[in-house]
Amino acid sequence: MSLEVTAGKTPSAARLRKQSWYQRPRFKRLVAMVVTAVVMAQVTGVQGVRNDLFYALEENFTGTGIWIWLGIFLAIWAVREFFQDWARQALARVKAAAAPLPEDGTAKAAPGGLAGQVRRVADGGRRLSTLFRGHRAYQAGGLGALLLVLIMLPLMVSTFWQQVMVDQIGMFLLIAIGLNVVVGWAGMLDLGFIAFFAIGAYSAAFWTGGLPVEPPVELNNFLVVPIAVLTCLIAGVLLGAPTLRLRGDYLAIVTLGFHEIVYLTAKNWTEFTGGTRGANSDRFSLDLGFWSYEWGLDPAPYYWLQLAFIIGVLFLFLRLEHSRVGRAWTAIREDEVAAASTGVDTVRFKLLAFAIGASTSGIAGVIYASKLGFINSEMFLVLMSVLVLSYVVFGGMGSIPGVLLGTAILVWLPEYLRDTVDAQDRYMYLGGLLVVMMIYRPQGLWPSRRRQRELRMSQEGTGSADALGAQPGGAQG
Amino acid sequence: MSTNLDKDALPQPGDAATDGPTPLLELRDLHVYYGAIEALKGVSLTVPHGQVVALLGANGAGKSTTLKAASGMLRPRTGDVLLRGERVDGIKSHELVRFGIGHVPEGRRVFARMTILENLKMGAYRLRRPDPTDLERVFTLFPVLAERRKQIAGTLSGGEQQMLAIGRALMGKPDLLLLDEPSMGLAPLIVQQIFEILREINEQGTTLLLVEQNASQALRLADYGYVLETGAVVMSDQADALLSDPRVRAAYLGEAVE
Repeated sequence: MSLEVTAGKTPSAARLRKQSWYQRPRFKRLVAMVVTAVVMAQVTGVQGVRNDLFYALEENFTGTGIWIWLGIFLAIWAVREFFQDWARQALARVKAAAAPLPEDGTAKAAPGGLAGQVRRVADGGRRLSTLFRGHRAYQAGGLGALLLVLIMLPLMVSTFWQQVMVDQIGMFLLIAIGLNVVVGWAGMLDLGFIAFFAIGAYSAAFWTGGLPVEPPVELNNFLVVPIAVLTCLIAGVLLGAPTLRLRGDYLAIVTLGFHEIVYLTAKNWTEFTGGTRGANSDRFSLDLGFWSYEWGLDPAPYYWLQLAFIIGVLFLFLRLEHSRVGRAWTAIREDEVAAASTGVDTVRFKLLAFAIGASTSGIAGVIYASKLGFINSEMFLVLMSVLVLSYVVFGGMGSIPGVLLGTAILVWLPEYLRDTVDAQDRYMYLGGLLVVMMIYRPQGLWPSRRRQRELRMSQEGTGSADALGAQPGGAQG
Repeated sequence: MSTNLDKDALPQPGDAATDGPTPLLELRDLHVYYGAIEALKGVSLTVPHGQVVALLGANGAGKSTTLKAASGMLRPRTGDVLLRGERVDGIKSHELVRFGIGHVPEGRRVFARMTILENLKMGAYRLRRPDPTDLERVFTLFPVLAERRKQIAGTLSGGEQQMLAIGRALMGKPDLLLLDEPSMGLAPLIVQQIFEILREINEQGTTLLLVEQNASQALRLADYGYVLETGAVVMSDQADALLSDPRVRAAYLGEAVE
């Protein structure tokens, strides 16, 4: 009976098609703007106090601050909604003025006034960009200038920011570049990447004689770097070999387990690692006979050392991206069966991705241990792995400039917020930023062209955006 | 068949080492299992140099399994795969590519997010120094691909993707091309076009082993045909003989049984 009733009732198409006023995009955008204004008022307003739970909310929502922010964001919304045509026309006029003169139109001189100004600026920009694109010398000059700025950077900032640049930004940059190989290029989700960082750091402590056990020979940190890299390569292969058949979520869980194994070993094997009480590590020192130098407490020399390592790694990895190896990784990420059928040894290249990705963590580990002079197991929490992964995704998986930018910004932000918001709240804003970013710009800050294409295609329904290649069943076919 | 003689007279890329009666590919008594299920129960077949051999059969007859065993994607439990008289079973598929086997996998499997050109370049991956004339050759065979070399493969139509998959396999300079259902899900006109091109590829000296549901198209292209049923060869003959065989006509060409 009841079956007949439900089967007989056709839902009203008109009712299903109806869109309520609050579902219209215009209203949704208004809500988004109001929420942003409220958040901004809260971020820039007064801080909370312990004895009055709602002090900050009260202050910030009754003062003038919130009205200023609401005004700004409502104005943006209004311009976007009601003056769009006008804004578009204005933009078109500017574009027309800035467009290059047609070849035969040389007789027509640049018009005066504002349009002429725009044209002159645009022409200048075009000339500059062709200059840079056309001449290697100018490109080299640009890179040189950038390098100079990077070298001079520590001299321009306070010691606090120097510390942040060395202990956090530089270190995470090295790790993120490595993780990008595994996640961005080979398409394997790794949630335990900090394990390799820990292995690098403990290698440094071991070979410089910092651990409770004696190394066969005590080595200089510069010699420890290749050893740590090698150790991480081997660890990468050890992790990779048994897990190669797994993909997507399954692989992620295995890497998480690997991280826990490394972390718990560091924590509980106190006779070897020192556990939570930690171990000491030597500082970098260089002795060339006629000249010797020891890296001390000053962060700036460490910054330069780290910069040199990062530039070296970047040079190698940028070359790798467009090599046969890089192409093989892309093919594996796209379709493993097809990759194998074109002659790509999928097993070998996946192992290689794990190993090469792990290697930069080795360098980062040695520098970190040496810079702090002390390590303990609590520095290598699984949270760190998740953070690094979010840096890579935020910047743009598979794109080296994106990963560099994303890491730098996300590491910088909480440190910057230290002065503006409550110290405990800093990561809340970071989380909010990540959520907003993933909704509105999932391809990352500076995505690789291929990744952008993947996302666009998945929106059009012609491909899968899941570059991590999770396939039902978990095992490859 | 006279056409066979003509083809044998052509210089064959893989002929230097072996000539005369040794076939390019030979499968001997293959037994393949998926877990406890025996998918192939002793399949034997021969693919002579320069010919087109078709594998026919219903769904689940073991056609694709046979092809996968030949291309190294599956390892037979017993039985031999011989390439130019040499045993190659147990060699991984990416290694077999280097022996001159091109594989067009089932369902095309183009790199959907790469351009046509990138797909084709990936096809030449096994060659240390890709030959630019290979690209010319593929673009001559498939003018559609040449027009759109910058287009993303995932946005191509099914037929164009199939052409791209074949083109990609050709970029690796195979002597033997294994094709798994090139007509799958394509309009009759496109199927005809693709089979025309396959004939041309064969005439240029590439041996083809073809798995097909479309028996009439396959047998018209092929020199020799095998019919598989539940993991065993039940019939094999010259293609035109099979095409006129009443049992084949009844089972695969949809004709009423007398």
